[in-house]
Amino acid sequence: MADAMLELRGVHATAGDAPILRGVDLVVRPGEVHAVMGPNGSGKSTLANVLAGRPSVRVTQGEVLWYGRDLTTLSPEERAREGIFLAFQYPVEIPGVANLYFLKAALNAVRKHRGEPELDAMEFLSLAREKMKLVQMDEKLMQRSVNEGFSGGEKKRNEILQMAILEPRLAVLDETDSGLDIDALRVVSGGVNALRSPERAMIVITHYQRLLDYIVPDVVHVLAGGRIARSGGKDLALELEAKGYGWLEQGAGAR
Amino acid sequence: MSALDAARDHFLALHGAFTATLPREPAWLARRRTQALDAFREQGLPHTRLEEWRYTNVTPLAKVPFALAGPPARPVAREDLEHHAFPVFACSVYVFVNGRFAPELSAATQLQCGTRVASLAALRRSDPQRLPAQLARGVEPKRHPFAALATAFLDDGALLHVPRGAGAEQPIHVVFVSAPGPGPAVVHPRVLVLAEPGSRLTLIQDHVSVGNASGFTNAVTEVEVGAGAAVDLVLIQREPDHRFHVSNLAVNQERGSRFSAHSFCLGGSLLRNDASVLLAGEGAECRMSGLFVAGGRQVVDNHTLVDHAVPRCTSQETYKGILGGEARGVFRGRIIVRPDAQKTSARQSNPNLLLGTGAEMDTKPQLEIHADDVKCSHGSSVGQLDPEAFFYLRSRGLSASAARELLTRAFAEEILRALPAPALADALGDVVQGRLSFAREGALA
Repeated sequence: MADAMLELRGVHATAGDAPILRGVDLVVRPGEVHAVMGPNGSGKSTLANVLAGRPSVRVTQGEVLWYGRDLTTLSPEERAREGIFLAFQYPVEIPGVANLYFLKAALNAVRKHRGEPELDAMEFLSLAREKMKLVQMDEKLMQRSVNEGFSGGEKKRNEILQMAILEPRLAVLDETDSGLDIDALRVVSGGVNALRSPERAMIVITHYQRLLDYIVPDVVHVLAGGRIARSGGKDLALELEAKGYGWLEQGAGAR
Repeated sequence: MSALDAARDHFLALHGAFTATLPREPAWLARRRTQALDAFREQGLPHTRLEEWRYTNVTPLAKVPFALAGPPARPVAREDLEHHAFPVFACSVYVFVNGRFAPELSAATQLQCGTRVASLAALRRSDPQRLPAQLARGVEPKRHPFAALATAFLDDGALLHVPRGAGAEQPIHVVFVSAPGPGPAVVHPRVLVLAEPGSRLTLIQDHVSVGNASGFTNAVTEVEVGAGAAVDLVLIQREPDHRFHVSNLAVNQERGSRFSAHSFCLGGSLLRNDASVLLAGEGAECRMSGLFVAGGRQVVDNHTLVDHAVPRCTSQETYKGILGGEARGVFRGRIIVRPDAQKTSARQSNPNLLLGTGAEMDTKPQLEIHADDVKCSHGSSVGQLDPEAFFYLRSRGLSASAARELLTRAFAEEILRALPAPALADALGDVVQGRLSFAREGALA
């Protein structure tokens, strides 16, 4: 088995002042797709933000290791350059910052870190065009400000486009399926599946089993009460769909 | 004696000497000059007990014994101005050095399509009967002591006359250059725009400096927009950070006319701008946008007044402030809707961005609505960069400083994009960018 890319050992974390994660253990290896499911308030987004380095989320106990190194000391931008990508649950609208300009700046920051030459405007444009096809993104949207006036589906597609361009080693998708109709879900998951590779790992966070029909995970974890209450194969997702989360939450509370 | 009183006496003494140099002039102009001097004598320099000057203390300006600006110690060369030019335009350029027209630095092109540009001083000497009666009529000396002072010292400036139906899309660039003399000097740049019915004009009024000249710029711009005419005015203040700059803009709009002002406050230790627009003819439209970027200990104060005197006029005003260091900003936006001005539409907004804890902003909308069938709105805010957007950019690999720079620029972008020509937005964007760095550095210190 390959060495761990990411390892969480007994991670406790707070969001704002509220304790949310209460001892999460997780090992992710290259090539694996992990699904993290759980009821609202179980800590799914906090887990995503622990990995991306959101300033309001703090690890208070335990270890987060990235190829054996402490991840918590890295700034959000250092994590991004190291190859950690968070697809936001609520992508931010940034009026006045052109999408293409922003993406080029982001890619060049990442490439510089990898020791690769920066792309000029023309090289970047042809790369972006190729990746836009992957998520069926209209080029007009790329000329606009970041996510400004985008529909819910367009925002999520833009997240996957960014992921396709930045080529992360670990992609964390935070409820990428929320707010998507079935066509948009198909496009977005098609984009995600095209990016699956033996070198790349993914953590797919979702409330519903539906997404996992399209993005089939290797492992399914259920987060409840700030801990991973159960882990299993993709059948676990179906079991959850049938039984709901109640039985697991009770179990987590009893511990 | 207070510094303000001493400064008044100093300016009055300067005026005594100045009067001796004046040529004969038409009686109406001599009268306006005298009225302005009287108004200044009566008011003196404004103190902070006046509501209009509550937040801006002019004592630092009053303490400097300015001389009247004369010829520069070293002549200004074309090369000195090159980096201020906008090479994207083949536009006509009219340059004034220390208030005085400099034909050797100016260049007219065929593209100004009938617009006549003249030096007021040349006209006063050679052909005073042809001086337009609108000169010094727009600003009210009793309400603006600095405008009164400027009119008392009225000497040279640019007269832009666009005949009926004439005019071009290409801007005309009027540059007021301050250049060092023997000591700190006061200069009174003046612009009079007469846009006759159906004409059009884009004017860039640009205040720059060479050789780090210290002093005080006290500018007055008067604009008459005839029926159905369209005037776009871009006002750029980019003098060094130790200069004082006060400006008064007075606009009169006739029926169905369109006017836009784009004000960029990008340099000076103390800037105070009063801009007032009188919507005097039905169906007139006015847009005012402003961007002020300040750092260090700069003070930038913008006062605007839009007077809806008649029905069915539209005004839209957006001023944005970006303040770093220990800079202070003031915005006061007054809108008057007169009793007869039904179907008025007036909007105003003043969002401000503070880049540090040392900066301060005072914003005050003031709507006086005396008609009932109107649409008026206003909004102002003072805040920091959006932390969500900041994190989003960083989560894609941009450094904190690059993210901050991008977001700050994005905040300014709306005002740049409102400029009458995209090429101008690009050219001015570089100037703005430089100021943003200055404001941010101050914020980190």
